[in-house]
Amino acid sequence: MLLDPKEVEEIAKTLYIRSVKLLPPDIKRGFERLMAAETDETGRTVLNTMVENIAVAEKRQNLLCQDTGIPIYNVVIGKNVEFDGVAMKEAIRHGCARATTEHPLRSSVVHPLTRKNEQTSCGIGVPIINVDFDSRDETVEIEMIPKGSGSENGSFLQMLIPADGVKAIKRFVIDKVIECGGRVCPPTIVGVGIGGTSDLCMHIAKVAATRPLGTTCSDPEGAKIEAELSEAVNELGIGPQGLGGRSTSFRVHVEVAATHITMNPVAVNIQCHSARRANAVITPGGIDFK
Amino acid sequence: MTHHVLETPVTEAQARALRVGDTVTLEKTLFGIRDANLIAMFDKGRRTIFDMQGHAVVHTAPNVRKVPKTNENPAGYEAVCVGTTTSQRMERFTRPLMEREGVRIIIGKGGMGQGTLDAFRDIGGAYLAVIGGAAALQTTWIESVEEVDMDDLNPESIWRFRIKGFGPLQVTMDSHGGSVYDRVQDEAKARRDAILARIGAA
Repeated sequence: MLLDPKEVEEIAKTLYIRSVKLLPPDIKRGFERLMAAETDETGRTVLNTMVENIAVAEKRQNLLCQDTGIPIYNVVIGKNVEFDGVAMKEAIRHGCARATTEHPLRSSVVHPLTRKNEQTSCGIGVPIINVDFDSRDETVEIEMIPKGSGSENGSFLQMLIPADGVKAIKRFVIDKVIECGGRVCPPTIVGVGIGGTSDLCMHIAKVAATRPLGTTCSDPEGAKIEAELSEAVNELGIGPQGLGGRSTSFRVHVEVAATHITMNPVAVNIQCHSARRANAVITPGGIDFK
Repeated sequence: MTHHVLETPVTEAQARALRVGDTVTLEKTLFGIRDANLIAMFDKGRRTIFDMQGHAVVHTAPNVRKVPKTNENPAGYEAVCVGTTTSQRMERFTRPLMEREGVRIIIGKGGMGQGTLDAFRDIGGAYLAVIGGAAALQTTWIESVEEVDMDDLNPESIWRFRIKGFGPLQVTMDSHGGSVYDRVQDEAKARRDAILARIGAA
């Protein structure tokens, strides 16, 4: 299969627009689960408003949230795919800029020092494009994540040491969830990265935060901590929007990576309740938007 | 627990009558402010053309579409999606906004800190929580973008919206020292040690 950059550009544009309007089904089911367990009156009211907003956005074909985020594109290329990598990345960048100017969407991206907004959602290193490979035959999957800033500001890294143990990892997560309170727009998905180098630790925390609900950590030890922390954060009473209640998080997601004998790093990256994400799968048969 | 319908601007007495637990629906006029325009106003010496005496501001930077100027869209902007951003970043601007510009009501999400509570107590004001992330719904409460200032900062311009039935919003910080956020934080901290013990992390 030959990957056509023109097609990639259109897909990149469509995915950005779809992502800010349609909430993935796993997150909608997540709201149903939280509603069933929420006993706090304020918590129930807030959750109801969030669910109402999803319906209003769908009915009016409007954006779920005003924050168009920092655009992230995750590209996974399968076997027997012929592609020009440079052209593909350029096509994604163009598609991202065209979604911003043609829809239009708010450009939320600025130069970090001059704070100048190019009004294209693009800048140095943005959109973020992650490329990986897998074994699916003649298949390319592109995932678009508009990462909202309120929850992205809830990002933390701690280079713990082996003597601190797993206990310190758990304490770190709980303390950061308390510290963030309502600022990260709960109910959240708390992404936790454990291990790796400092940058890998933060990266896998984001992978965890943006993983679909219903998936579990592939490492059994990671999965155990995931289950424990998921229950624990919802006993804090922070609740939806930090106004009180059980529903602080949909779930804590953990991803792990091997680390150095001297190291014990932990990272937290939070995803807000507007856990937006859109995917397209390209095969010789056509494009399937999910 | 009272529901207030307030047409802006409001008086000091109206602002002080708002108490944590009450709900509010706002009518008429609302200003949109946030990071860049507050930095411009209070760190870089720029002044706004707007008279905000007694008014309400919302922490926002909307998605807008440029359109021809008409009675319906007098500023040449159509509101596409107007939501609310995290308020905490604007903490140090609450007092100057109230003292210099006369703002009485701040609408945001996630709450603000002690400096804001002190300013509410000293000058008379309140913080109203809108549900963050519920921007499609919030947009249905906006009638139009009436006028824009500091548009070189777009989307972080200062926006004057005409609003209709903007709410219900929850009073979560008031001029009597009440803060839902402080209460929830205190409760979470009180629960922390027992929760850590349960997961073997005490």
